[in-house]
Amino acid sequence: MADQILQFLLTGITVGATYALVALGFAIIYNASDVVNFAQGEFVMIGAMSAVALSAGDNGLPMPVALLLAVLITVCVGVLLQRFAIAPARGASVVTTIIITIGASIFLRGVALLVWGKDIFALPAFSGEQPIHIGQATLLPQNLWVMGGTGVMVLGVHWFFSHTAVGKAVLACSCNRTAAHLMGINVGLMMLIAYGLSAFLGAMAGVLVAPITFTSYDAGVMLGLKGFSAAILGGMGNPMGAVAGGLLLGLIESLSAGLISSGYKDAIGFVILLLVLFFRPSGLFGRASVERV
Amino acid sequence: MNIRKTLSALAVSALMGLSATQAIAADSIKIGSFLAVTGPASFLGDPELKTLQMYIEKINAKGGVNGKQLELVHYDTSGKAKEAVGFAKRLIKKDRVDLIVGGSTSGSTLAVIPLVEKDRIPFISLAGSVKIIDPVKKWVFKVPHTDRMAAAKIFEDMKKRGIKRIALISGSGGFGKSGRAQVLALAPKQGIEVVADESYGAKDTDMTAQLTKIRNTDAQAILCFGFGTGPAIVTKNVRQLGIKLPLYQSHGVASKKFIELAGESAEGVRLPASALLVADKLPASDPQKPLLMAYKDRFETKYGPVSTFGGHAYDGLMIAVQAIERAGSTDKAKVRDQIEQTKGFIGTGGIFNMSPKDHLGLDLSAFKMLEIKNGDWTIVK
Repeated sequence: MADQILQFLLTGITVGATYALVALGFAIIYNASDVVNFAQGEFVMIGAMSAVALSAGDNGLPMPVALLLAVLITVCVGVLLQRFAIAPARGASVVTTIIITIGASIFLRGVALLVWGKDIFALPAFSGEQPIHIGQATLLPQNLWVMGGTGVMVLGVHWFFSHTAVGKAVLACSCNRTAAHLMGINVGLMMLIAYGLSAFLGAMAGVLVAPITFTSYDAGVMLGLKGFSAAILGGMGNPMGAVAGGLLLGLIESLSAGLISSGYKDAIGFVILLLVLFFRPSGLFGRASVERV
Repeated sequence: MNIRKTLSALAVSALMGLSATQAIAADSIKIGSFLAVTGPASFLGDPELKTLQMYIEKINAKGGVNGKQLELVHYDTSGKAKEAVGFAKRLIKKDRVDLIVGGSTSGSTLAVIPLVEKDRIPFISLAGSVKIIDPVKKWVFKVPHTDRMAAAKIFEDMKKRGIKRIALISGSGGFGKSGRAQVLALAPKQGIEVVADESYGAKDTDMTAQLTKIRNTDAQAILCFGFGTGPAIVTKNVRQLGIKLPLYQSHGVASKKFIELAGESAEGVRLPASALLVADKLPASDPQKPLLMAYKDRFETKYGPVSTFGGHAYDGLMIAVQAIERAGSTDKAKVRDQIEQTKGFIGTGGIFNMSPKDHLGLDLSAFKMLEIKNGDWTIVK
């Protein structure tokens, strides 16, 4: 039984790490502009699909180059999305902007469908597929890549927001856009940085998990939804809360699939999410928001 | 005023007359079709439409059927059952087609059945569900094999290997659910016990939790029913966990894509599939082989890799054409009777022998049991 639990935990952490990266992307844009970017899942998909497209075939690029380019492409998509879809609507309400991001996600999915087709693709694992045994439980080298990659990026994002002037400037924009502007912060540039960073995190999540989960033009939908749930669970405005929410959601799913019923694991995850929202509307680690009048 | 009225009346009657004469001059056999050419089920409808167009063109080039040209009237349902009903109505009432070959998904086919039964028009469905022909409906036929047959074929192979207890893991989508129901219904009759019944979501990325549970049962084999990424992830996870049990997949993943996705983990996986998939590996004595090779070549030179779904469209169209030839007319009742009397028709899906009690007419020999070896299919004897 202990071995089983260990396996469930390992599975939960791998799945949870993916959710955490997506959730982190949600939290960063939310932090900078109060907008929930529903195209976050599409960043994951574009990262993974570009990596597959660039590395595939006999003339494909070497894996590290392909991965780097894939991430760069996604960052460009994120920046372009901000520049040409979000920025022109800067006078609009938050709800309008959120609806724009939903439209953008449908658009990006459509473009991916046209460019790459409807097929499912696999990316080769970074360092082999030989399972690593821990007692009776096993995990793949790629699982370690996912966990390690997530860990590094979470720390990086944390450092960016707490120790760099640019990171603090992005945060300032979310606190009070006008005041930030008056203090000489280039608000438009900060928004571009926030979207670029979110796209970067999404693309990293995409290329890290693609060898395990495969990818297709619509792979971003479910990941986006799960990442959004994780961000809500942890507290939308708190990047570290979003990460905790992601890991928690992964563990809940895996443990309920293993110990209760695999048919109800998503339902259990969402029931817990609802309970949390019921008792702590701002999420587990979120600050209660105060409406300024 | 009066003159204008007369003139317009004249114009209208002239137009009507024109279209009437045109219809007589063309005097074609109208084959109606509604397929999911776009949307989520487009992997079904797209090769189906291409096949219909390709073979109708070929038949027409050879002089048509009973001296008449075939005319295809097609609508794209984009996979929506509600649209299918509207299009079927239009095919029957407005286009006045002689019969319908279509319905890519079970949902759209089942939605249209009441309509074709009421309007008495022969309908050959290209969808999978066993409910389409069980119970038998007078005007409805189908050509693809059913998931019940897939389950039966798998059990047949398991019994040969002495497997009595299995663990089932199925997708939560329509295909997986329906397959699960058939497996659970059929297993007791075949003397097989299902000791674990797990499921996964269509977009789930890791099934090790479910498989860890399965590992701790006394199952002798694992059966996975689903399509898309799920079965490939299950296959990888089984190997990752070091589970040595034989793994069976359904016909839902019978494509090269599955081997590509699951990679080395796919070695030794068994699954039932249509003979079209292994056409070039069939023995020369196989009665289906010449047809399968011809269809495969024709489709692949024009469009790329062949799929079993396009094959269903071939079977449906040819059964319809032969029935019209035998009936000597497009009289709907006569054509219906002739479809029902299809005997020994060699199609891509198998050899069809229909009867008043069986509007599909395939037996288990329509499925081949395949095993993946060295990244390719081999036929299990």
